[in-house]
Parts: sequence; C-alpha cells; structure tokens
Amino acid sequence: MATYNTSDFRKGLKIQIEGEPYMVIESNFRKPGKGNAIYTLRMRNLVRGTVLERNYKGGESVEAADVEEIEGQFLYRQADNYVFMDTSNYEQYELSSEQIGDAWKYLKDGTLCQMVLFESNPITVTPPNHVVLKIEYCEPGAKGNTATNVTKPVKVETGAEIQCPSFVDMGELIRVDTRTGEYIERCKE
Amino acid sequence: MTPLHESVDWQPSPDWSTLRLRAELLQKTRDFFHAHQFLEVETPLLSAETVVDAQIEPLSVSLDAGAKKYWLQTSPELCMKRMLAAGGQALFQIAHAFRGEECGPLHNPEFTLIEWYRVGDSMRDGMNFLSDLFQSLMKTSTAKSLSYRDAFLKFTGLDPFTAEAAEFAQVAAATGLAVPAQLGDDVDDWLDFFMLEMVMPHLGVSAPTILYDYPASQAALAKVRNDLIPVAERFELFYQGIELANGYHELCDPLELAHRTAIANEKRALQGRPSLPQTRRLQAAMEVGLPPSTGVALGFDRLVMLAAGKTNIADVMAFTVDRA
Repeated sequence: MATYNTSDFRKGLKIQIEGEPYMVIESNFRKPGKGNAIYTLRMRNLVRGTVLERNYKGGESVEAADVEEIEGQFLYRQADNYVFMDTSNYEQYELSSEQIGDAWKYLKDGTLCQMVLFESNPITVTPPNHVVLKIEYCEPGAKGNTATNVTKPVKVETGAEIQCPSFVDMGELIRVDTRTGEYIERCKE
Repeated sequence: MTPLHESVDWQPSPDWSTLRLRAELLQKTRDFFHAHQFLEVETPLLSAETVVDAQIEPLSVSLDAGAKKYWLQTSPELCMKRMLAAGGQALFQIAHAFRGEECGPLHNPEFTLIEWYRVGDSMRDGMNFLSDLFQSLMKTSTAKSLSYRDAFLKFTGLDPFTAEAAEFAQVAAATGLAVPAQLGDDVDDWLDFFMLEMVMPHLGVSAPTILYDYPASQAALAKVRNDLIPVAERFELFYQGIELANGYHELCDPLELAHRTAIANEKRALQGRPSLPQTRRLQAAMEVGLPPSTGVALGFDRLVMLAAGKTNIADVMAFTVDRA
C-alpha cells in the first residue's frame, strides 16, 4: 500500500482515512524552533463532501488513496442503476440511484460527466455545470409575460421538475445550472 | 506559443514598500549593534560540522566527487562560539541559515538570522538586551518575561515539569484538540504540541513576551541550572503569538556537549533521521575555554513580517523557495 510522509503533504493530495478517500484542501506546517513539527491537513471527503481537519506529527505517514478522475459518458438507466462509460477505454460502470444523488435530474443519453473512481469503483458523478434540457410538460406559457419572478413547475425530458418563468412552453429547450438546479435561460440548442 | 512570463513565477513576492522596510530594519539592526560595541563577523555557510539537533534537518552538499559531506548551516552558532573561545567579546552577524523540510507561512528552508553573543552576560542580561533590540526595531513596549512553567500553568493548567503524557492526553481530550495519532509517551512531544496549540497563541499579544527557564530536556546548547527541578537557561521571544528568537546562557562544558550531541543523535535515529557528526571543533574550543556568555538567534524574516503587518513570510522575502 502506497503511503505519503508528512514531508509529501500538499494541497491536492489524495489520502485514505478509515477506508474513505479524502482530498487535501489545505496543508499547514507549524513548528516550535527546536521542537517537533505539526502538520495540519484540512481534507474533503470525496464520497460525502464533509470536511475533516487532522494534525500529524512530523514523520508520520498516511495511506495514499487510489483515486482517479475520468470522463464518464451516461449511457442508459437500468431499473435503479445508472450506466456510464469511461470515454478513454470504454470500460462501463454502474452507479446506484443513491450514489447518483440529484445528478439524475440532468442525465440525458450521452451526457459527459466527471467521475471519481476509488479503488476502481465509481464514487461520485458530477454533471457539467450547465445542461440543456427539453420541456416535456408544463402549463401553457403566459405569452407576453416576460417577468422571470413568476415561476411554474416544468417537467423536463429526464423526468425532473424545474422551476421556470411562466413564459416557457412545451417542446422548448432550457439551460439549467446543475449546481443550483436553477433555470438560466431558454435556448435554441 | 504562450509567453514564459504568464506561467513562470519570475517576480519577487513582496511589494517594494515592504522591501524598503526590510532594508531599513537591516540598517537599524546594524546601527543598534554598532552602538553597543558589537563586532560584525561572518562565518561559513558551508561547514564540515553542524549543530546536532533532534528536530532540525540540515541540508548537505558535496564539494567534489568525494564522499565528504559539508553542511549548510542551520545557524551560525558553532563558528561564532569558536570565535568567542578565541578571544571574541561581543559578536553579531546577519546570516542566511538553512533547514530542510521546513516550509509554510512562517517557514522557508532558507532564511535570515540575526545572531549575537556577548561574553559575561547572564540569561537575564541576554533577555534584557533582546528586549531592548526588539523595542528599538519594532517600537513596542519593553518585553514582559514569563517562566516556561508559569506559562504552561496559566494556559494549560498543567505543570510542564511534572505532568505525565496521560495528563496531557486528558487535557487535550477535554479541550477538543486534534491530537496526532503518533503522539505517544514522550512528554517533550506533548510539550511541543501544547506549546503550539494552547500556549503560543497567547504569548506577546499586548506586549512582546520572553519565556525563560525551559525544561532541561529541551536545553539544546543552553546551560542547565541545578534548581530543585533542573531547568535550562534558555529563553525565547514571542510577539503576536509568533516565535521570533531563541537564546541560551551558553553551555561551556565540552564533555556535556559531547553527551548532548550523542543524545540528540539517538533521538534522530529513533525518528529515522541520519546521524550527524560530532561537533569536534566546538568541543576543542570548549576545552580551551568558552567564556561564560549568552547568545541569541532572531528570525529576521518574521520580524519584518510583523513590522509590515503581514501574515506570511513570502510577503517579506524577495524569493521564497517556490520561486527561488
């Protein structure tokens, strides 16, 4: 098992604690002139997103995490599983709806996502920041009303519901911010 | 092609007003020492012997294809003490020093030390002189002094000279400190950790503070005074929670020097650090006679950092190691 020593500590390092992968967000070094050095790591859990802070004594070592980032293309949904393909080697991965979280709302056939693999198993999927989705069903658009503060729920092609201004109509394409789940604009493509 | 200057850190990191302040402080430092009849000296940065310290990693250099190693000095203390034994009275220098593995907001592997020695000074004399110098450079009030023991009692509730590892562990748990997994039975490791976490942040908040009378186990090259509990006549200056200077009422006994060097090498071996050569030339100088004296090393980069109101030494050093 690969390990990192305190002298390897730096931002971006991926390490493993109690079987879970973390990425170092911040690494700090403190030392009394003649005394023992203390390294402080602030780390983000790559599965759950939680932040952990730990101190290490100079010379301590930690386990490296076998973490890899790939581009995964969404292929199809099979019952509760979502199937992706690594675009570099055509390897296929299945994720459960639990692992997918809210990302399902933005997944169309062919959507290119960022995937993180831990020990060759997928742990997270991040869709592109902006996606274009087709409106499948909504109440008829209120023509002429261009106010964006009056919204209505709209069902898009993935089956998700997005809050949109009241002027959008069935069949139209909208751009959505996947980080906030918010409507951005109507678009042609 | 992208021009190189868009991807390469070629510029100095501080602004020019800070670099001018740095130059002024260097000048004032020299003026202060000259006004106190100190002689400015220079000693080699590259030397066959180096201070043997359990927690400081010197960097080595080979001068030719030969196997003989030379060391970049972690401080100029060995050579300056040899000059004292050869008749020096009051010596100072402003020198670069090197310490491997040390990199962070308050550390750079190469840094500037102001180091001085004066024959005949007691620890208290040395503390007073340090306070005067600091006051003159930083326009602060006189330094307060606080014993190491009182500082620990005040900020941790523990007596650093008698508390055991288990008691430190208890206080750490009760305080919610994130204790390193490998902090074990060595009380000195706990003292260092508590110093960083619970003591240092309180030191020098309103006025510069000098801590004195360190545990004998942390004597380094300071004389140990045989009180009921022996203490090292060592002192350190803190300002705004930052350690700035370290001084000793100097150890003068050549046999004790050899003994402490051996102990430091044993501790190094336990941590997987390479053994360092005996400091035989200093030992020889002590055999002839190192006169009773007090010496201090002050980190100049940190001093400039505090004077400039900065929080990272990269803001006061022209080129830190990442852009050197």
